[in-house]
Amino acid sequence: MIKDEEYLKSKASFCLDLAKKLGATDASVTVGNSISETVSFRNKVLDESNRSDSLAISIETYLGKKKSSITSSNLLDENLKTLIEKCFETTKITPDDEFNSLPDKDLLAKNIKDLNLYDQSHIENDKKIDYLKELEETASIDKKIINTESGFTQNKSNFILANSDGFCNGYKSSSFTASCVAVAKNENSMERDYEFTSKCHLNDISNPSELGKNAAEQTIKKLNPKKIGSDKLSIIFDKRISKGFLSSFAGAISASAIARGTSFLKDKLNQPIFSNLINVIDKPDLIKGMGSKCFDSEGVRSDTLKLVSDGVLINYLVDTYNGKKLKLKSNGRSGGSTNLYFENGNINYDDLLKSHSKILYVTETIGHGTNLVTGDYSVGANGFLIENGEFKYPVNEITIAGNFNEMFKNITLANDLEFKYSVNSPTMMIDGMTVAGK
Amino acid sequence: MSNFFDKSDLSRKDVDEIVSETLKNCDDGEIYFENSKSESILLDDNKIKSSNYSSDLGFGFRAVSNEVVAYSHSNEISKDALKNSAKNLQSTLKSIKGTYNHEISKSNNKFYDDINPIEQKTLDAKLEVLNNVNDYLRKKDSTVKQVTASFSGEQKSIEIIRSGGEALTDVRPLIRFNVSVMLEKNGRKETGVYGIGGRQSYDEYLKNDNWKNVCEEALRIATVNLDSKPAPAGEMKVVLGPGWPAILIHEAIGHGLEGDFNRKKTSAFHDLMGQKVASEGVTIVDDGTIDKRRGSLTIDDEGTPTERTVLIENGILKNFMQDRLNARLMNTRSTGSGRRESYKHIVLPRMRNTMMLSGNQTQDEMIKSVDKGIFAVSFGGGQVDITSGKFVFNCTEAYEINNGKIGSPIKGATLIGDGPSILKEVSMVGNDMMMDPGIGTCGKAGQGVPVGVAQPSILIDKMTVGGTKL
Repeated sequence: MIKDEEYLKSKASFCLDLAKKLGATDASVTVGNSISETVSFRNKVLDESNRSDSLAISIETYLGKKKSSITSSNLLDENLKTLIEKCFETTKITPDDEFNSLPDKDLLAKNIKDLNLYDQSHIENDKKIDYLKELEETASIDKKIINTESGFTQNKSNFILANSDGFCNGYKSSSFTASCVAVAKNENSMERDYEFTSKCHLNDISNPSELGKNAAEQTIKKLNPKKIGSDKLSIIFDKRISKGFLSSFAGAISASAIARGTSFLKDKLNQPIFSNLINVIDKPDLIKGMGSKCFDSEGVRSDTLKLVSDGVLINYLVDTYNGKKLKLKSNGRSGGSTNLYFENGNINYDDLLKSHSKILYVTETIGHGTNLVTGDYSVGANGFLIENGEFKYPVNEITIAGNFNEMFKNITLANDLEFKYSVNSPTMMIDGMTVAGK
Repeated sequence: MSNFFDKSDLSRKDVDEIVSETLKNCDDGEIYFENSKSESILLDDNKIKSSNYSSDLGFGFRAVSNEVVAYSHSNEISKDALKNSAKNLQSTLKSIKGTYNHEISKSNNKFYDDINPIEQKTLDAKLEVLNNVNDYLRKKDSTVKQVTASFSGEQKSIEIIRSGGEALTDVRPLIRFNVSVMLEKNGRKETGVYGIGGRQSYDEYLKNDNWKNVCEEALRIATVNLDSKPAPAGEMKVVLGPGWPAILIHEAIGHGLEGDFNRKKTSAFHDLMGQKVASEGVTIVDDGTIDKRRGSLTIDDEGTPTERTVLIENGILKNFMQDRLNARLMNTRSTGSGRRESYKHIVLPRMRNTMMLSGNQTQDEMIKSVDKGIFAVSFGGGQVDITSGKFVFNCTEAYEINNGKIGSPIKGATLIGDGPSILKEVSMVGNDMMMDPGIGTCGKAGQGVPVGVAQPSILIDKMTVGGTKL
């Protein structure tokens, strides 16, 4: 069983009281427990079971504008006492930073909405095994599938965030995740692909045969890939890749990157950075949302925030420290975005495929070729070549490159948005990128 | 040495009994205790941005039967927690029978000292170095717009207790010192990053004002990039510099030679043992025994002493890297490559210090032989798709080569290649093997572990460069 609210609150107040007693002017504590249980299968037999029970506490102590922090997994009072003393000693010799402070009291979350993020159902390992058996049976029907690996994880967490201004709140959340990786082989090639489902509530996850079938089909489609020639092409990004551009965007508009001057979007507030058809929203209070939060990691209330309106950047993601530096109020984004998404575009998926006679359709990228300082982008990719709206053949061992400043302006979005992850995008097309191949 | 039981209701005898009872019908397994202390101190934007100290304590209990691994971990070191974990393992393996393999090799070699690097330098002294870095760089060059410098240090104590009561211990120090600088000139911004580290005290790395050399190198890379032009796109010849660019070897070859992927036959190398996978003259080893290096280990996380494992000898595939489980299932022996990020993670076969050994050509000869290509000196990160064998890595410092001469610097581009065939494209191996500066972290299945790489300069006849210029 995960630790209850009472236990977590008692640990948090123990720490706050002690910090105050030592002379800290302010303090904040996050204490949490998470238990996850995973069963993994490989080629239709049990491969691994894993139970993880993790406690974690992090404490920040302030002395005026001085601050330092400690983290630990050992919650025995005696250990906490030693650590808090050490933390406060460090605080004393750390230089002042005028922007250090707890969040403004009037911004702290007051009414905690119930977002239905916790499902108390418990799925026994035997039931997980039944699910995975059915999943792998379906995934391995086709003889070309030579290996399947799948897993089922149940995770339950609870936490309390408390600070010396009287904030003390927390909530439970859960997730149920199943995934399948398949390997297909023929004379010429061996390829791998995957499918997964992850939800807060057990009843909302996909059924196992659908998951297995999708993983197998997607893998088999990748067999016999070809390398294509270097060219300027229009590229369509599958939904599992297009969301990555939003994550990069969120990194570039974090108040920390802006304040440090290390973002290609610095000084772009109130300027068009996308075409005027693009809107970006961050919505923390989505019921059962994978990125939903009742407040941010400092306890600040977070409301739905429009980040891009008709292509114009209108908000950064602001936390207390960097907000003070930029003379902006925190908008409850310490810890980043919540449920971040592009609103739907106005073209349907099939019409997007037909929009050019030759299109590269990217289903996977590899490498870390994103530079948020310059906006330069260059990654390895694989996918499919599309001619006149039809999938012709799989493509691999190529790279795609561009610069976000131009790429963002050339984005066209389909109207097929779904909420599968915490960051979500419809299928996306970007014109004019460079493909390097043969 | 950490005493894991002195604050709990557990005695060493209780642990032995629970472990032996739980593992009696298993093929392998152990309990792994870990106590780690770590710190990170960060200077950024002219200020000490954070100073964090962390202490982590826990155990991971593993039972292995045939191919099945049951694992349970907890932060609570108590009789109850251990018994709960044992119950959880037994429920997974309820219908399984095996014979416990007690055999584990021994060695008296140690590759680092039992020190706690965090305690060996005062916080004041660390803050002073970070402030010096900031002042030095900002005074040195007016285009410097941002400086980030950090210390991170760790001492990890582990104890492995196997069925029958055998215990193995290790104390592992690890430090890293890093500097990142951003320049801005005529509206253009570029960054340069450099770091050093390994398994000894901070001062071993910082003596003789060595922090200045780290600053100079970060500044040099950023300065080069301020003048960089768009990179070319397409297939061409690539000369790699010595040292850190060996992450190409790590990604392209290393991961594909880890035992698990080969036992499962999901690696592109699984049926190539004894065959020619690289040009003649190419020898690659994975070595856990180099004194005080970041990827070195006295014993691995299953208690096996590490070794120098020859992976490829003169072009021929000789060995995979093995942990105990994959070695047993493939009828071979562990190479001391069983590693885990922490007690929260299961053991996997992993790399340590992966090195391509020197040949006898010079970097000059390589550059002169190239009509059109690129010269790559430093990289960010890399990644591989084990199954298709395709790998990438990102240049952070590279130049074009025209008619045998090094030309303008080019913007960061991704290089992509095919693991099983790339080493056959190596046409020259340099005489200048170098270790990396001690900064690598390898990720696999969500677990990060410290690793090292080394190589001489090499010439690759054909790779795809992912620039924007056609």
